[in-house]
Formats: sequence, structure tokens, C-alpha cells
Amino acid sequence: MSLGGAFEKARAEGRPLIVGCMPAGFPTVGESIASMIAMVESGIDVIEVELPYSDPVMDGPVIQKASDIALANGVRTRDTFRIIEAVAETGAPVALMTYWNPVERYGVDAFARDLAAAGATGMITPDLIPDEAGEWLAASDAYRLDRTFLVSPSSTDARIAMTLRHCRGWVYATALMGVTGARDAVSSEAPDLVARIRAIDPEIPVGVGLGVRDGAQAAEVGGYADAVIVGSALIRRVLEAPDREAGLAALRELGADLAKGSRSAQR
Amino acid sequence: MTAPALPDLAGHFGRFGGRFVPEALVAALDELDAAYRSAKADPAFQEELGGLLRDYAGTPSLLYSATRLSDRLGARILLKREDLNHTGAHKVRNVLGQALLAKRMGKRRVIAETGAGQHGVASATAAALLDLECVVYMGEVDTERQALNVARMRMLGATVVPVTNGSRTLKDALNEALRDWVASVQTTHYLLGTAAGPAPFPEIVRDFVGGIGTEARAQCLALTGGLPDAVAACVGGGSNAIGIFHAFVPDEGVRLHGFEAGGDGLETGRHAASITGGSTGVLHGARTYILQDADGQTVESHSISAGLDYPGVGPEHSWLHDTGRASYTPVTDREAMDAFQLLCRTEGIIPAIESAHALAGAAKIIPALREELGREPLVIVNLSGRGDKDVHTAGAYFGILDENETIVPEENL
Repeated sequence: MSLGGAFEKARAEGRPLIVGCMPAGFPTVGESIASMIAMVESGIDVIEVELPYSDPVMDGPVIQKASDIALANGVRTRDTFRIIEAVAETGAPVALMTYWNPVERYGVDAFARDLAAAGATGMITPDLIPDEAGEWLAASDAYRLDRTFLVSPSSTDARIAMTLRHCRGWVYATALMGVTGARDAVSSEAPDLVARIRAIDPEIPVGVGLGVRDGAQAAEVGGYADAVIVGSALIRRVLEAPDREAGLAALRELGADLAKGSRSAQR
Repeated sequence: MTAPALPDLAGHFGRFGGRFVPEALVAALDELDAAYRSAKADPAFQEELGGLLRDYAGTPSLLYSATRLSDRLGARILLKREDLNHTGAHKVRNVLGQALLAKRMGKRRVIAETGAGQHGVASATAAALLDLECVVYMGEVDTERQALNVARMRMLGATVVPVTNGSRTLKDALNEALRDWVASVQTTHYLLGTAAGPAPFPEIVRDFVGGIGTEARAQCLALTGGLPDAVAACVGGGSNAIGIFHAFVPDEGVRLHGFEAGGDGLETGRHAASITGGSTGVLHGARTYILQDADGQTVESHSISAGLDYPGVGPEHSWLHDTGRASYTPVTDREAMDAFQLLCRTEGIIPAIESAHALAGAAKIIPALREELGREPLVIVNLSGRGDKDVHTAGAYFGILDENETIVPEENL
């Protein structure tokens, strides 16, 4: 399913989408595919596959640890495409989140081509702002991929407007000033940021990320966002599990809690 | 050569530079850019900075005619004595400028990354002087090999945070500082230590350290009546090199030579030579030459010098390399340490191991330069820092200290 289709369906149901993030190849290629499929089966709507990178400046310690494990186990860019393909076969929309250098190294056009061929809906670029994205704008047009840039509480309205003009599919609102990681309380800055986005573009779906750890928080964020993005909390379940089966069970449990949260969001 | 005014308005040096950062940092970079433009045009700011550089940092630094070294190398060598600056390196010029900018922006907290500790010590010093809170991120490996500088920073009131991620060196300290900044931009200035990172940092750092070249050029003219044939500097991130090169860029007859850390040799893969042994990519906010694998993952760098042990380089150097205005060559650990010893024994100056790379590189280019010019060349070498911080490393290298940093009896040498 396209991401646009998923947003429409969720809107019709009056609920936000739950986007679950997992690094590709964590801890191995096969296990990451199993984790992502378990996430889909537990009710997570969209899978955000993160390409593990050596210098992830937006990621907190949990995601970086998982990415380091994947890299140490030898995961390569091509494995990421393979993983996306396997997860996309479930029918769930799959978006890639990646820092820019691996894309540039692969070749921007070739990367877009292979990403589209693997069945991804598009790409989220945490360290690529539209100002520097000329090649990606062209390649994403050529292969009809969504392009999701980030906006932040510190963004001016002019920058939000400029960024929204370059986004396609949806926009990623970073809920607070900081790196990824589950937190005890969700951001108070997020509703204001979403309102500022909506005032500029009432149509574009808004995903809110950074800090959500459970269904109750998902319901809270889902009250004003079109998608609730959860990463560290899911990854931690795998990191802290004594074995693979326990990890999958813990993922399913949190996935179900998040899905339930999305359905109880007051919109 | 008529050099275009670089960087351009978007912070690009040709195809290099720019801003590859989380959107959360863009507002802070814009704020910094505006504050810098305003400060640059403000005589009061320039006067305050000039006063600090003169009365506190001890600049202009000397341009010393090193006669015994010159005799040994067959060239007239002028050493730009940045090692005599307060805190022992060129870094103090940059930190005083940026700390004043931080105050101008109303930010009371500065964060910094450091490898060898020179920038960390300089930042802690400027923060103490200007009453700012200071947090320094330092790779855990570097805190061990530069323990003395960790002690210095703490004495000056800074908090030193050992970084345990990744290779636990300068690259990871930079990542951690960027993470801190993403979460604290409203109250904090990131006092970046080299002419790298996202725009406007490469330009700001270049301008603040640019006094090295301006002074050296005027001093050389006064001392010799002419310009040098070549200027030599070591290149890690590249701040001391861009500092001395910049004033000479329009002087076509002056060759600019940057010397990168060749570690065990380029062929071994254990080096930190981003230009000569790397390829174009994006790291720490800018497009530049970096050390990376086939998938664009950063490759761990290696150098005997913690200050050069970084897998990237400032984007202006990448541009100078591509345009051919400056040439970049690797110098191995061994070559650098030979030059280190040579300077100690001929001039009574213990250089930073970083600076020893510049000396070793100068020694390598002199024979060809002599032949080409048909006379003894005049070469300025930027002695970017002093070697106090490197005494343990050098002592171990030469077998003067053992692994417990205990003195080895002379009869065993």
C-alpha cells in the first residue's frame, strides 16, 4: 500500500498511523526482517527502516547501539534494500530513514532507483535539508518516491513553508529539541509545531517523532498528529530481550499497545 | 590568481561545504551567521578581540629564522611560532573570537570537541576568562593518551565528558557535541575547533585564525624583503593550515603545502589522510574529503598525533586541493617523529606532533624546490603548537618512557 493510501484509510477511521522504526540488519539481516514483520502483525501501520550509519548525529544511544550492532555484523546498503523488499511484501508501507552520506556514496539516482524497486514508499532524511537536496529532489521525482524532510520547533515559519513545499507524502515533525530516545513525558512543543505546520499547509500529513514509548503516549500524540513515530522504545525491547523469541514477543506486545493507543486517540 | 570570494552565501567552496545538518540546527547556524556578520562589521568587537589577542594570547606570534634547522635542510626556514601563544597553539585565536561571539549572542554556555586536547584547553581557557560555562567532549581513547590536557581543562573549570561511542576519538567527540547542541541550541554556542563542520563554521574559524597568515606574510616581507617560496602546514581538520594559507592564496608565486597524517602509510589503510587517501562525501555537516568505505560508512582514522586523528578535513582545503592552489601530501608517523627529533635537537624547540608533520613535509619538498628554483628556497613552516602535551607519546615512541610512563635508564636506549 502507498503511504498516502494508508493515511487516507487511517483518517477515515479517525485515528493516527503508528510508524515503527527499526535499523536494517539489527542484529542480523534475517532477525531484523522477522522483527519488522512482527511489528506489522502486531498492528503497527508503517515500518520505518533505518539504514545503519557510523555517525548518526540525530540518534540517541539506543538506536546508535542497535545500528552499531548491525554494522559490526556486516550489514551493507544492499542488505537494506533486501530487507525493505521482504517487509514490503507484507503489504505495509515501508519508508527508509537514512543519513545522507550512504546515499551519496551509492549514487543518488541509483539509490532512488533501487529503493523504489525494493518497494519503499520514500525516504526520510534527518541530515539533508531541502537547501542541499537538489539531486535528491530530481531522483525522487524520477522514481516517484515520497521525500520526507524534518521540521523542528526551532524552524521559522518561512523555513517550515519552504520545507513543506519540498516534502511529498508527509512531513516529519521532531517533537522536541534533542536526539531520539523514549522519554517519560511527551513534548509540549509538538502540538504548537503541528499547529504551525497545519496553518501553512492543512493537507500534508504530519508525523511526530522523538520520545514516544507506549500506547498512552501514542494516544496523546495521535490526538493532534497524523502519524506517531516510535523507534527507541521498540528497539529497546529487542536489545533487552534474553533471546530472539522473547524479543519478538516483546515487540508484539508493544506493537499491540501502540496500535491500541492509536485507536483511542481523541481527534 | 583572482580567488572568488568564498564561501558563497550558502556556505559552499565550489562543490564542497554547505550544511548537512538536522533542521533543528539551522536556526542556530543562521543566528551564528548573522551574529558573525554583525560582529565583523563592528569596530568595538574587533577592538575587543584585537586587545585580547595582543594582551592575553600574545600575538602576533614570532616568525623565527631557524638557522640550524635551515642548515640541515638546505633551505631558509622561518618558523611561525604559534606554539608561543597562550595555551600553546594557534587554537586560542579561534576560541577567543568564538567565545566573544557567544557572549554577543547572549549564550552563557559553550560546548567543544577536542582530540589532542589543545582546542579543549583553549576553550576552557576562553570560557574561564569570559565567565562562560564550558563542557568539552573528548573521545575516551584521547582522554587516556592526553591525560595532562584533561587535567588542565578541569583545572580551568570545564567539564570533560569522555565519549564512549564508536572509535572513541575526535570524530565521536564531534558527534556527541553536535547531539548536545541539537538539544541545547537556545542557550549554548558550539565552539567548533577546526575549519570544518556546517556553514558558517569553516568561514568563521578561517577568519579567526587567519591572523597567522596575515602576520606571517607581513613579517616575512619585513624580515626578507620578499614573500616565501612555500608555506607548509599540517592538516587534520585543517584550522592552522587554512589560517596560514588564507593570506597567501592570492600570491600565485607562493606554493601552499598541506601535510596530512599518513600514519603507518597510505598503503596500510591506517592513516588520517582524508584528501590524499579519501574520497568526497558528507561528514559532520559538510561535503568534503573523508575516509569512508564502499558503503559511505566513516572509516576509523589513525595517527600518532591525536590532533590529526580525524577522518575528515575542512571543506576549503578540499576546494584548494581540487583547484590545485594548494597541494596535499601524506607524512607518516615515522617521518613526523624524525622531524620532531630534528627540531628538538637543532633548535631546542619541542613541537606538537601535529607540527612535526609540517616540518617533515617541508623537508620532503625542499630538494625538488631547490632544483626548480635553482637556489635555496625560503619556506615558512607553521609551528602550530608546542609539544608539552605530546611528551608522553614522544617519550614512549623514542623509548625514553616505558608503558607506565616511567623513565627508561639511558644505558637501555
